[in-house]
Amino acid sequence: MKATMRFGFSVLLAACCAVTVSAQHGYTRAEVENGARLFQASCATCHGAKGDAVRGVTLLSGQFRRATSDEQLVKIIIEGIAGTSMPPNNYSELEAGMVVAYMRGIAAGDNVVVASGDVARGKTLFDGKGKCGTCHDPTSRMAPSLADVGALRRPLDLEQSVLDPSAELHPDFRFVRVVTRAGAIVTGRLLNQSTFSVQILDSAQQLRAFDKADLREFVIMKTSEMPPARGTLDSQEVADLVAYLTTLRSRR
Amino acid sequence: MMMRAALLILVASVSLGAQVSFDRILGAPAEPQNWLTYSGNLQSHRYSPLTQVTPANVRNLELAWAFQAMSLEKFEATPLALDGVLFTVQPPNDVVAIDGASGRIFWTYTYRPSQQARPCCGRVNRGLAILGDSLFMGTIDGHLIALDSKSGRELWNVAVAGARPEAGYTITVAPLVVKDTIIVGPAGGDFGVRGFIAAFDPKTGKEIWRFNTIPGPGEPGHETWAGDSWMRGGSAVWTTGSYDPELNLTYWGTGNPGPDFNGDNRAGDNLYSNSVVALDPDTGKLKWHFQFTPHDEFDYDATQVPVLADIELRGRMRKVMLWANRNGYWYVLDRTNGEFLSGKPFTKVTWTTGLDAKGRPENVVRPTAEGTVVFPHFAGATNWYSPSYSPRTGLFYVPAWMDSSANFARRPADYVEGRAFLGAFPTGTTLSINGTQVNRRLPGEGYGAVLALDPRTGQKKWEFTMTDITDAGILTTASDLLFSGGREGFVYALDARSGALLWKAPVAGIVQAAPMTYAMNGRQYVAIAAGNSLYAYALRP
Repeated sequence: MKATMRFGFSVLLAACCAVTVSAQHGYTRAEVENGARLFQASCATCHGAKGDAVRGVTLLSGQFRRATSDEQLVKIIIEGIAGTSMPPNNYSELEAGMVVAYMRGIAAGDNVVVASGDVARGKTLFDGKGKCGTCHDPTSRMAPSLADVGALRRPLDLEQSVLDPSAELHPDFRFVRVVTRAGAIVTGRLLNQSTFSVQILDSAQQLRAFDKADLREFVIMKTSEMPPARGTLDSQEVADLVAYLTTLRSRR
Repeated sequence: MMMRAALLILVASVSLGAQVSFDRILGAPAEPQNWLTYSGNLQSHRYSPLTQVTPANVRNLELAWAFQAMSLEKFEATPLALDGVLFTVQPPNDVVAIDGASGRIFWTYTYRPSQQARPCCGRVNRGLAILGDSLFMGTIDGHLIALDSKSGRELWNVAVAGARPEAGYTITVAPLVVKDTIIVGPAGGDFGVRGFIAAFDPKTGKEIWRFNTIPGPGEPGHETWAGDSWMRGGSAVWTTGSYDPELNLTYWGTGNPGPDFNGDNRAGDNLYSNSVVALDPDTGKLKWHFQFTPHDEFDYDATQVPVLADIELRGRMRKVMLWANRNGYWYVLDRTNGEFLSGKPFTKVTWTTGLDAKGRPENVVRPTAEGTVVFPHFAGATNWYSPSYSPRTGLFYVPAWMDSSANFARRPADYVEGRAFLGAFPTGTTLSINGTQVNRRLPGEGYGAVLALDPRTGQKKWEFTMTDITDAGILTTASDLLFSGGREGFVYALDARSGALLWKAPVAGIVQAAPMTYAMNGRQYVAIAAGNSLYAYALRP
């Protein structure tokens, strides 16, 4: 409970940070918030609430395919992109700029934890007792990379994932168990599936595809492979670990 | 069976080279080698009497040709077929005439729509209409265009009155020919447009009549909109209607009221949003309406194809309309007067506890400011994807999104011309209106299906389940085959009586169009657009 409150406070602080970051671009907090509203009311129609629904485009990552400067982004928002599904929008430059401020603010990490857990103790836990790196090795194929997790996840979400990894599974890291007609049992990470086939990275780290008609059993696991910290780490340790995770940012 | 098909083709070939009169469109089933209107016939059955391809030989279907569009937009059009020539629209608004045997182009008409056009969901077009020697197309910048079907030459090009692209009006629907009129309406229900259905003179493009899908001051139904909300209340039109020649009524579905996800400023039922309207095609006057989702806050457009069937119900023959709605219910209406005969959910529905004796939803949920999870998804339990009705099986076939939901939050929506007029866009869903190449969803997060519904009993006869949701329409044939596709890069044939999978072929793209069938030189072809291409299949010679 205490931990939750503290994280709640960190999120509030984080909102302040967003303003700081975007203020460098000359936007006020109200403008950023207005940008969020415009984004959700318009851009999200095609791009989704998280800005990643159009293939190959991730609006909230800070990386843009056709623009680098704010001015270029503003131009695209207002004029659209001829010959593509991106329509022109009836925004003023100021309004388009607010949308840009919102996108930039999210990408720059509007949820930095500045207080609560101890980052150094968290790193010690990560490398030692927590054995997190065993699976979350930067080269791992079976667990999500944490190299940028501080930029991608809110502290509250990180805390939940540490305490109860099965509460919300990352859709890219779902595991399956299949039993072939011959009786062979194969487990692995679900990469893709269709009505007729399934594609996995099996526990021996081989890419394998199966025709569903050839399977006796096909189950998507509902529990995470990751052991929960609940009962292993105390609440201060969880806070320390989360504090460390929020510092993991590769993009700058 | 093959002989009968051959005979039909022979008999019908008398018409070869003749102009397409409205009588021929009325009698479309008598010339099954052709496909003369969006849904195959004016009753919108998307059912073909052709029988060369059967459940026994369908496994011998092979790719006859593929036509790759010079466009990366969604390919949603159903081709028309006339005497071995296919006419379709390469998005956004290029018309092509294609040889039905080889897939090679006879001619291309190129249209560059205004960059001011702002379609909500892609620069799409769903197809053409034909009458005489003319083809008719609506454009995403609000024009209606007539072309000579032999040369592709533009005959006329009119800006449809009021359909201003900069205000979000787009015409994506395949026009419907009724008698000597071309009927279309504008999309734009997510931009605060005011919808209408209008009929045009095929020779000049002059408007003959107009029915406003939102009644103006003094008209009945106007009182169902608070204040001036009627002026930007949506009720757009973007799926082709139907026509009953005996009743002389044309039926059209209408879209959501705007703003989509917040009804605070439009208190009332918001007629005629999310409704089917029955119009006199000579005058455009409303004969009756039925509203599926009054005062909608979930974007449950009634933009489905009205399917007209004559069936025995409770001991007597009825002229009915079959309608699987975006709101998750499927309805049987009396199409003579709009009387509600039945309505049942075909997937998980939580926005209402059920329908009353007149088909009106009860205890309708409202989105809260914090957000409310509601089934089905805002893209609907079904959508514009064409259903099919087979008079042979008596079944109504529906492409469905099963167990889909979204988190709806009620937030303010300010109208500014040319901008999305929505309120807060729903969240919390893993289903995308755009489609994805990868699917790692759990079954409870939504999946796609073809449903076979029996309007006589109200029961589901069978379900063909897909891992991913579907935007593909459905075709059935007189040999009891059903053709459809999905998002997974396949088209397939099912046994229309059992739902058993009989054939499938890879198409390397999402199917977001409906299949059609035609015949030439003694061969039956099944054509369907997928990804950015149009594919045609025929039996191995």
